[in-house]
Amino acid sequence: MTARLFEPRYGRLEDLALLTGKGRYVDDIHLPGMLEVAFVRSPHGHATFSSIDTSAALALPGVHAVYTYADVVRTLTSDHIPPDQVVDSFPATTWPYILPADEVCFVGEAVAAVVAESRYIAEDAAALVVVDYEPLPAVPNCRAAAEAGSPTVHRHAVDNIVTRFTVDYGDVEMAFADAQHVFGFSLKQHRGGAHSIEGRGVVANYDPHAHQLTIWTSTQTAHKSRDAAVELFDMDESRVRVIVPDVGGGFGGKNTVYPEEVMTNMASRLLGRPVKWIEDRREHFLAAVQERDQEWDVEVAADGDGRIQGVRGTIYHDQGAYTLLGLHVPHNAAIAVPGPYHVPNYCVDVVVTETNKVGTIPVRGAGYPEGNFTIERILDRIARELGLDRAEVRRRNLIPGSAIPYEMPMKTREGTPMIYESGDFTHCFETALEASGHAGFAERQAAARAEGRFIGIGVANMVKVTGRGPFETATVRVGRSGKVVVYTSAMAMGQGTKTGLAQICAEQLGIEPNLITVVTVDTASSPIGIGAYGSRNTVNAGNSVHLAAGQVRDKAIRVAAHTFGVDADAIEIGGGEARLKDDPSKSLSFKDIAKALGAAKGLPIPKDMDIGFEATARFRPPDVTYSNATHVVEVEVDPEIGAVTLLRYVVVNDSGVLINPTLVEGQLQGGVAHGIGNALYEWMGYDENAQPVITNFAEYLLPSSTAVPNIEITHVETPSTLNPLGVKGAGESGVIAVAGAVVSAVENALEPFGVWISEAPIAPARIVELIEEAKTDG
Amino acid sequence: MKPPPFDYHDPRSLDDALDLLAGKENAKLLAGGQSMMPMLNMRFVQPDDIIDLNRIPELSSITEDGGRVRIGAMTRQYMLERSPVIRDRCPIIIEALRYVGHIQTRNRGTIGGSLCHLDPSAELPTVAQGLDATVHVSSKRGARTLAMTEFPAFYMTPAIEPDEIVTAVEFEPWPDGHGYAFLEFARRHGDFAIVGVAVMVALASDGSVSRASVTLGGVGSGPLRCSAAEKIAIGSDGGDAAMREAAETCRDIDAMEDVHVSAAYRCQLAATLTRRALRMAYDRAANREAVA
Amino acid sequence: MTDQRTIAVTVNGVRHDLEVETRLTLADCLRHQIGLTGTHVGCEHGVCGACTVLVDGQAVRSCLMLAVQSDGAMITTVEGMAGEDGSLHPLQQAFHENHGLQCGFCTPGVLMTLMEYLQHNPAPTEAEVREALSGNLCRCTGYQGIVAAALDAAGHMRQDRSPDRVQGNKVSGS
Repeated sequence: MTARLFEPRYGRLEDLALLTGKGRYVDDIHLPGMLEVAFVRSPHGHATFSSIDTSAALALPGVHAVYTYADVVRTLTSDHIPPDQVVDSFPATTWPYILPADEVCFVGEAVAAVVAESRYIAEDAAALVVVDYEPLPAVPNCRAAAEAGSPTVHRHAVDNIVTRFTVDYGDVEMAFADAQHVFGFSLKQHRGGAHSIEGRGVVANYDPHAHQLTIWTSTQTAHKSRDAAVELFDMDESRVRVIVPDVGGGFGGKNTVYPEEVMTNMASRLLGRPVKWIEDRREHFLAAVQERDQEWDVEVAADGDGRIQGVRGTIYHDQGAYTLLGLHVPHNAAIAVPGPYHVPNYCVDVVVTETNKVGTIPVRGAGYPEGNFTIERILDRIARELGLDRAEVRRRNLIPGSAIPYEMPMKTREGTPMIYESGDFTHCFETALEASGHAGFAERQAAARAEGRFIGIGVANMVKVTGRGPFETATVRVGRSGKVVVYTSAMAMGQGTKTGLAQICAEQLGIEPNLITVVTVDTASSPIGIGAYGSRNTVNAGNSVHLAAGQVRDKAIRVAAHTFGVDADAIEIGGGEARLKDDPSKSLSFKDIAKALGAAKGLPIPKDMDIGFEATARFRPPDVTYSNATHVVEVEVDPEIGAVTLLRYVVVNDSGVLINPTLVEGQLQGGVAHGIGNALYEWMGYDENAQPVITNFAEYLLPSSTAVPNIEITHVETPSTLNPLGVKGAGESGVIAVAGAVVSAVENALEPFGVWISEAPIAPARIVELIEEAKTDG
Repeated sequence: MKPPPFDYHDPRSLDDALDLLAGKENAKLLAGGQSMMPMLNMRFVQPDDIIDLNRIPELSSITEDGGRVRIGAMTRQYMLERSPVIRDRCPIIIEALRYVGHIQTRNRGTIGGSLCHLDPSAELPTVAQGLDATVHVSSKRGARTLAMTEFPAFYMTPAIEPDEIVTAVEFEPWPDGHGYAFLEFARRHGDFAIVGVAVMVALASDGSVSRASVTLGGVGSGPLRCSAAEKIAIGSDGGDAAMREAAETCRDIDAMEDVHVSAAYRCQLAATLTRRALRMAYDRAANREAVA
Repeated sequence: MTDQRTIAVTVNGVRHDLEVETRLTLADCLRHQIGLTGTHVGCEHGVCGACTVLVDGQAVRSCLMLAVQSDGAMITTVEGMAGEDGSLHPLQQAFHENHGLQCGFCTPGVLMTLMEYLQHNPAPTEAEVREALSGNLCRCTGYQGIVAAALDAAGHMRQDRSPDRVQGNKVSGS
């Protein structure tokens, strides 16, 4: 990269408003005459019902409406959320209802919507709605759900299998037949929630006079929200506008269209008044998507040096009661296993089952944490069985830097070849070992043990698909004010998107980033777009801004060249003007150029130039690009209590060229914290009736400030070859390797006890139990 | 998650509060609100009347008189943290308060509220039990006292009548120079403990343990006084062997279990924490450097 | 009709006379009745800390107080931190400079907690800051920027307080 025009660690443009209480989140929107919604939700994991008595609720002063299934079918074009993708082979019961007709399939499924003057009254009334439930057997576990004779999640279904598929390559049978060593074991990865501190929420305002529905929603996918409304209300796109206000975090929890949003829109449509629904935390526990619920049976074939010859197994993936986002998670989990390692033969069967629990879709990591946990456990198992150093086993199995670009013998989710086009896994690995003082650890560990302290170290490597297309939109426009505005379909939810995009635009236009306004999603100004998930904003929207701003720059140069009768290369751009390099007194300000390109009379512009001092770009990445990282963590375990303290956490991460390293560090730190939750704290318990046993923050343990250490980050910047900026994603890079590294470190600390850990999260009580079991076995 | 409707009362004196309470069928008292408000927001409780005790100054005080320390029920946890009387006379309370919630909850939470909420692992009831405290209770019918041992009726329910209000807790501080330690294990700082233990020891002139108090929180429905551990500790030399032997008695406790942890794990924590707390308390009494 | 009360509260120096439902939480009162939406609601059961405000100078969770209980109180919210000229409080400035926030939703509660904490403990260690912040959940940052900002701000605030500095010398806004 050439020298940057502006300080890469540019201070965030978002901060001033957010630090002074002037952010505008969805619940901050108050419209005159606004009503509020509360939902009546199923208390059963599985039940049928034949009637809903809303009379007492409707009689309560301040209640305006109570909607049930009958209202949905009389108002909307479908009783289902429009599927995000159609998979013909899926059972008909797969897609979620907007409200169910006569059967509830998870605790928290909404059966009626109460609309009232305030949320307080709406909740009073919701408690008065009577539903005559008949409980049915519920299915809480994905492995049991796959067994013949299991009760079914949906009463009319023949079984609980959504689909089965196999990911394989090479000759795994041969690899196992010839193997010197074969080790097999089972693993569990438990589900957790997204838990952005701001929950979901929507304000809908249907204006009957204009026949116009405006929706402010806290979402990661505004265009999907717009499209769902268009389809369900049978309106055209000019009648539906979705505006995304400040979003208080996403993490996957806002990456789908939910029944609550549709019902809020419907209430506004029917009542002709603004209507608001703000998710409370209990609703987030019950009805917002979760992820990581999988059980694995795996076997590895290895040679005498600890090199993997083959991996095979079965994944039971818990899809929840409904499919909200295809097969992204189970597919990713299956293809993520080899990751940065050379696995010559591979075969996993994936069994996707429904359970009577809320649906699972990607939550920060999207199947990659599960796949990574598996391979890291496999490597630790090889080291343990063969008496090898765990880092050395990883070194022997890593795909060497010299082999990049490397074509994996697998296909991406799109069916294209899976190619690691850039990056250097071994370099990151060795850098991380160096940075963490790995070589001296054995000595530190021995010294600690002599004092009766049990410390351990864990190393894990990961690769994450990022920057998946097809595109995002960016329009860079300079109006008559001379000011630069970037309109983009990119969704901002805390990543510093506006700052990063302003920096990219600023490079091209030669003005300070803080002079640029970035407008993230409003479907009125950015009608075509996809969404913020899968670490894709910077690759897709960033490059679109880069290209659009470049075109705007070219326009400025050409207009100036035309005006002054010189060649384009005699013009330079900077400080909000285009001027002659040799004679800066001859200049056109952006205001002048905007005026000329705005077709003001008397100002000459090149004949073949498009009108408007603006350009729109939709960069289409030719393929996904992969970020990679090595994590090293040092822990101390108190074996009497099972308490785990993280002493040190080192990350060497390669997310390609960094637009703003500070923002990337924020993503990595937050990602690691989320991973620490998955490794040690976050447990979403369900009982045998699929009743969640935890629905509050006192028991569901988000990592707090005392649970997360400082994360020591080293960046490696290998430019992606697949986009002009050379960038890769970073949003999920932090989370993926954490559980594998932490569990390995805990096990290492407890080496004298001979503990083997096959699950995440690993709670203190379980650690003590495992130590006891190991003592008994030993 | 919004509170259900109720009638709100904020009496300015204890007598007014008792009058109000006597006349209400389904009333709840609101002290610091750090447990009651979440239960209201979640609608786990749906009282017809809320009687707010926050505007009754006479219930908020820390006094030492006649060799006994008396703490008004509405004394907030942060006041205890900063009280010279508490610091000088029973520092174990301050050590325990470090584990009680967070800055924001200690600014509102009261000792009376904590005692009456009676969460099985709550720190203040455990310490109160360890101090052999007396609880003062009033109603229109008159005032009475209960020993802390009699105060828990059953799970999260104190042995007081619906028309009664806890007004104060009172205890005799241990002699100057006693050793103490409060230890607990919670998953994150400030969380409800899984198990906590309050230990106090006093030493004879020869360094042997002359008096010991060991109380566990989180193992049963209320604080549990471990007399077996105390018996072994008393008269011992305070050495590691004696402390371990005393702590090991905790393994015989019939501990509760829940969706998070087993009874066996609770006993394991009880034995471990008790051993460490005994060690710490003894070392403090002996003016040695104490290590948790 | 539900139970109502008239109350008077002073928020960021401005007196508000309000008719409130007695079950209204202080958080909802500040946000929806007074219109100060800088205070956020994240869990409504007193764990996440997003709704933390200062009541008579003390950090409290405003979802665990009834508005009626604040009758006569002086309340400070995040909107009251910056100077009248718009200059940022040293804490706000430090959060900007240390990447102490991402989505910004937990931020007002974190700031309010630190406003009180740094008054009592102007020179905390990192471990002390982490303990003080353990009642404020953040899903974005992993706390690293928050802790760095708190320590940085503490340093600036100590300097501002020292007698050889001109009073009211605030760090200017960005």
